[in-house]
Amino acid sequence: MEKFEKLTGIAAPMPLVNIDTDMIIPKQFLKTIKRSGLGVNLFDEMRYDDAGNEIPDFVLNKPQYRDAEILVAGDNFGCGSSREHAPWALKDFGIRSVISTSFADIFYNNCFKNGILPIVLPKEAVEVLMKDAEKGSNARMTVDLENQTVTSSDGESFSFELDSFKKHCLMNGLDDIGLTMEKASAIDSFEAQASQARPWV
Amino acid sequence: MSPKTLYDKIWDAHVAHESDDGTCLLYIDRHLVHEVTSPQAFEGLRMAGRSVRAPDKTIAVPDHNVPTTPGREDPKNMTEDSAIQVAALDKNAKDFGIHYYPVSDVRQGIVHIVGPEQGWTLPGMTVVCGDSHTATHGAFGALAHGIGTSEVEHVLATQTLIQKKSKNMKVEITGKLRPGVTAKDITLSVIGKTGTAGGTGYVIEYCGEAIRDLSMEGRMTVCNMAIEGGARAGLIAPDEKTFEYVKGRPHAPKGAQWEAALTWWKTLFSDEDAHWDKVITIKGEDIAPVVTWGTSPEDVLPITAEVPAPESFEGGKVGAAKRSIEYMGLTPGQKLSDIEIDTVFIGSCTNGRIEDLRAAAEILKGKKIAVKRAMVVPGSGLVRAQAEEEGLADIFKEAGFEWRLAGCSMCLAMNPDQLAPGERCAATSNRNFEGRQGRGGRTHLMSPAMAAAAAITGKLTDVREMM
Repeated sequence: MEKFEKLTGIAAPMPLVNIDTDMIIPKQFLKTIKRSGLGVNLFDEMRYDDAGNEIPDFVLNKPQYRDAEILVAGDNFGCGSSREHAPWALKDFGIRSVISTSFADIFYNNCFKNGILPIVLPKEAVEVLMKDAEKGSNARMTVDLENQTVTSSDGESFSFELDSFKKHCLMNGLDDIGLTMEKASAIDSFEAQASQARPWV
Repeated sequence: MSPKTLYDKIWDAHVAHESDDGTCLLYIDRHLVHEVTSPQAFEGLRMAGRSVRAPDKTIAVPDHNVPTTPGREDPKNMTEDSAIQVAALDKNAKDFGIHYYPVSDVRQGIVHIVGPEQGWTLPGMTVVCGDSHTATHGAFGALAHGIGTSEVEHVLATQTLIQKKSKNMKVEITGKLRPGVTAKDITLSVIGKTGTAGGTGYVIEYCGEAIRDLSMEGRMTVCNMAIEGGARAGLIAPDEKTFEYVKGRPHAPKGAQWEAALTWWKTLFSDEDAHWDKVITIKGEDIAPVVTWGTSPEDVLPITAEVPAPESFEGGKVGAAKRSIEYMGLTPGQKLSDIEIDTVFIGSCTNGRIEDLRAAAEILKGKKIAVKRAMVVPGSGLVRAQAEEEGLADIFKEAGFEWRLAGCSMCLAMNPDQLAPGERCAATSNRNFEGRQGRGGRTHLMSPAMAAAAAITGKLTDVREMM
């Protein structure tokens, strides 16, 4: 997995609340057996009209946001299905961090498996960053994972909380499965004990 | 010993390893797999030269994008990309030696209906699947939740999941339900009250007389939509109804093992003084038959209400409501019971079980539909067979419904069952998101009885007027 340390980039504002995974990547693109190539269909039904032409008003179609690497979004981003295609599509487009007041649980976890940093901040902080993102491509935000801060283009800085294990894995680009396999003996002994206690399982 | 919630008890029984920072490896008893979220996980295993650690605890069934029309055993009758995903699941099940129900098997169906039906889901278990509606299995007092594809690969390889414990929320539904009010109305009303993020960070335990009174099918409907309220999982403590449902199922324990299991299962309840981080109480008698008006499952109102004005909300919800009402083609102040519909969809992991079909058939008996299209998609081949035996299929067909084969179908419209742009649907499924049932399609969520009533009148209808 790609490491995440520090990122300075364009942030796109998406103030809509409850942006769900069907919006992020509609189901017709889930019929793939690969993880790559979904960026072109990110936010497909908001981004393209019925004929497949770009809708100019959609934020990521605007010239100043085409190279966005950060999203500042309304409450409860990523609600809905468990599809990891949502972070795959964000990543493939080039988004490395999403900032909101809250995220749906499964989406939040999925981000960390793909080198994307979801950041939870209080409402007031998200409002400041949303306004900053609305300034366009000259306003570059900085996300610093090590110090757990987001800094607006004006230099206003906000600290965010993050689980230490998730931070460690993301900063070092670690593969979860490899880490868990190092604990195979603990799993072996749990399995042996559980098969005695609950043999019907 | 300090008092524990049901969630605490199941959690404690499954921690295989705990790190100093509280990160745990949670052992997984059952891993359910379907064709859409698993191919990349199996590919990951192959690339790393890894095997499935516990194939006996891993069960696969294609459901999301299989057609629900006859002849689907032949891949030529599927779209090419769907056929590739189903073929990949066939191959992965064979190569890795996991349990499998192909489309040709009468036991095939929606993964969350097949699991309980076959006795794979048992009280006190941990159950995961690459699908958010895994919460369904919580109805048995099993800790069950959806995971992403990377986590699917993690569970396949290690039979564990890296987890931190969630907080405990109690949702109590007191007293009795009024006539015409069902499990679906309970679960939608709870989301209407808490919002789609109200459960974020929590595992919910549903309790109270109205929950205890529900059948196992009804309890599955309630837990199924815990995810729509943002919760990691929904739980209901097992009781005699649970044990009765489980007993004799193909993969349920038998003989001495049954007795041993029963002894443990009977300890699975929240202790009286257990700590709750959040408590919600709703009176059963206050719940009405409800429908959704917008594009979020929290947009819930009694059928007797009107489309709300966006200004009646606060904060970011004002803009979201405005967008929803426009997308749904509605007008603030319009009576919900005046909304005309084109399509009725009865099915899904929320409401595709036998009791759901009985409730809809009860309303439809001897009536004809007044909509362009209506379909029933049973949740499994066995539900379908039972409905045929009970004469329900004939009632549906005589009313003008299409009688389909089992699958997820129009709940998420990955197969050919889709809404056209602007088409409006009364659906028994779980999500009314923009485009969920087809680009531009408009979804109103409701119970099977309410969907049946809507099919007869051609508009959203208070089922109590037909009882």
